[in-house]
Amino acid sequence: MTADRRRAVTLAAGGVLLALVPPIAALTDQPFYLDLFRRMMIFAIAAVSLDLILGYGGMVSFGHAAYLGIGAYAVGIPAYHGITNGFLQLGLAVAASALVALVIGAISLRTSGVYFIMITLAFAQMLYYLGISLETYGGDNGMRLAARSRFVGPIDLAQPTTFYYLVLAILVLLLVAGRRLVASRFGMVIRAAKANEPRARAIGFSTARYKLTAFVIAGATAGLAGALLANQTEYLTPDFMHWTRSGEIMFMVILGGMGSLFGPVLGAVALLLLEDVLSALTAHWQIILGPILILVVLFAKRGLFGLLAGARVD
Amino acid sequence: MSWALVLEQTLNGLQFGVMLFLMAAGLTLVFGIMNLVNLAHGSLYMVGAYLAAAFAHWSGSFVLGVALALPATLLVGIAVEVTALRTLYERDHLDQVLATFGLILFFNELISIIWGRAAIYTSVPTILGGHFRILPGVPYPTYRAGIIVVGVLVSVLLWGLVTRTRLGMRIRAGASNRTMVSALGVNVRLLYTLVFGLGAALAGLAGAMAGPIYAVQPGMGEAILIQVFVVIVIGGIGSIRGAMVGAIVVGMADTLGRAFLKPMLATVISPPAADKAGPALASMLIYLLMAAVLFFRPEGLFPARSRS
Repeated sequence: MTADRRRAVTLAAGGVLLALVPPIAALTDQPFYLDLFRRMMIFAIAAVSLDLILGYGGMVSFGHAAYLGIGAYAVGIPAYHGITNGFLQLGLAVAASALVALVIGAISLRTSGVYFIMITLAFAQMLYYLGISLETYGGDNGMRLAARSRFVGPIDLAQPTTFYYLVLAILVLLLVAGRRLVASRFGMVIRAAKANEPRARAIGFSTARYKLTAFVIAGATAGLAGALLANQTEYLTPDFMHWTRSGEIMFMVILGGMGSLFGPVLGAVALLLLEDVLSALTAHWQIILGPILILVVLFAKRGLFGLLAGARVD
Repeated sequence: MSWALVLEQTLNGLQFGVMLFLMAAGLTLVFGIMNLVNLAHGSLYMVGAYLAAAFAHWSGSFVLGVALALPATLLVGIAVEVTALRTLYERDHLDQVLATFGLILFFNELISIIWGRAAIYTSVPTILGGHFRILPGVPYPTYRAGIIVVGVLVSVLLWGLVTRTRLGMRIRAGASNRTMVSALGVNVRLLYTLVFGLGAALAGLAGAMAGPIYAVQPGMGEAILIQVFVVIVIGGIGSIRGAMVGAIVVGMADTLGRAFLKPMLATVISPPAADKAGPALASMLIYLLMAAVLFFRPEGLFPARSRS
């Protein structure tokens, strides 16, 4: 099989499998799997958004969970005050995380390399502490989501299956849009800036502006994932922004294969599945996960998607 | 706000700064010389704290516990370097971040398997447990003063080691041009292991001394690790002088911010609003400080000389 066909087959199989989860879960009477896969897809959205800047732009942002938290609070805080309009909440989630990403990006992108890693981490940590200090909204204990987001007509998040297909639809839309974005002129400039920034600048692109735009797009998308996550867990805490969460999202990207858009989806599915299996095995499952992470980084940099689809990862 | 309180909090800030420096020195040396971002540095701090508590419990002497924890953490550091980190030197920073993140998960879980998840409290020996007067009417805990003294002593020793000895010369040479040092016949691999062990021992010392002040529990290393990142980013990564300045600045800003931001805000805005905004602002202060420094000096205050 050629690489293109293998890739197409892998993608089609993945899409069909995800679409079939609700009927299978209903038939086998295991609603838990519906919940698990919905969670996976929400994290997949966050991981894909990180892959846009990490895999294509070479920006190692170690604070991506911050936007998850912002998105979640953009649902939780209005809901607390009785505003449950989903369009408003999701719009707020996207706008707020885009704005925060703009500020963080504008400062962080002045630096590069290891400085960039540490600064994005520190900013996320700052927002984490901000979340803890929001006493009205539960402080470090967090709070229950007063009500799930309400949309018009048949889109009702209280229906597990409807919610599932909404998340799936958003994920597919994101992948299609992401595909077009990385193939566009904009995407080319981002990738050029990753490969050789001085050269990209020499050709005449103001790479800083392109990188900042990509950073904001990624932040806004992760904010959307955060809004969905708040609806998923019906609970929100500053832990959404904890730095280990940022590390997890980053690991999803690497595990799946960075710079491939579809890889992070696989990575999210695989990591959450692994966590589920390991935590059923022992309470001390992280002692197994840690070394697995190290081994993946050392020996399997192409990721799962590279393994399955034979895709070249740059 | 009395002057005695200001003095006390300034000393507390200095004490925190000294601890931050012990951590930052190792982290910045390892980065400057091996070009390695080591997130697991906080785990070594945690290991130091636990080992000190365990040795102190076993021997019945706090000082002996700390003294034993030092070489033990050094050995743990060397073991980590040889088994896991050595292969990471040539990798990019992303790989290093993720692999050392894996190490953190491993260490936190290992510690909680051995000692449990609950916090351990160690007590200070009676001789260090009291207070003494720094000025008439201004008592200060002897133990915290002891930390400052130890920290300053270690800093002087470290400065002497780096600037006055043959090993220090090699360390500095390794930081400025690794390839050249290795071509001149220095066993770079051994040098790396030594430097990493040294950094681990310093982190272990910080952890061991932290035991009686902060709770000893799994995950204790990460909170301080991120503050240490702020320190070395402000100071300039790879620069020991920068780590020194950054540590004092961050230690002071954090401590004084927590103590005085609320009363200061209360003079400007209404007290209930200050009650809410004060602690929030105080916990974000060092990150805002870092953002401000980076805005004007993206390489930090004392950028290490370029090695590219």
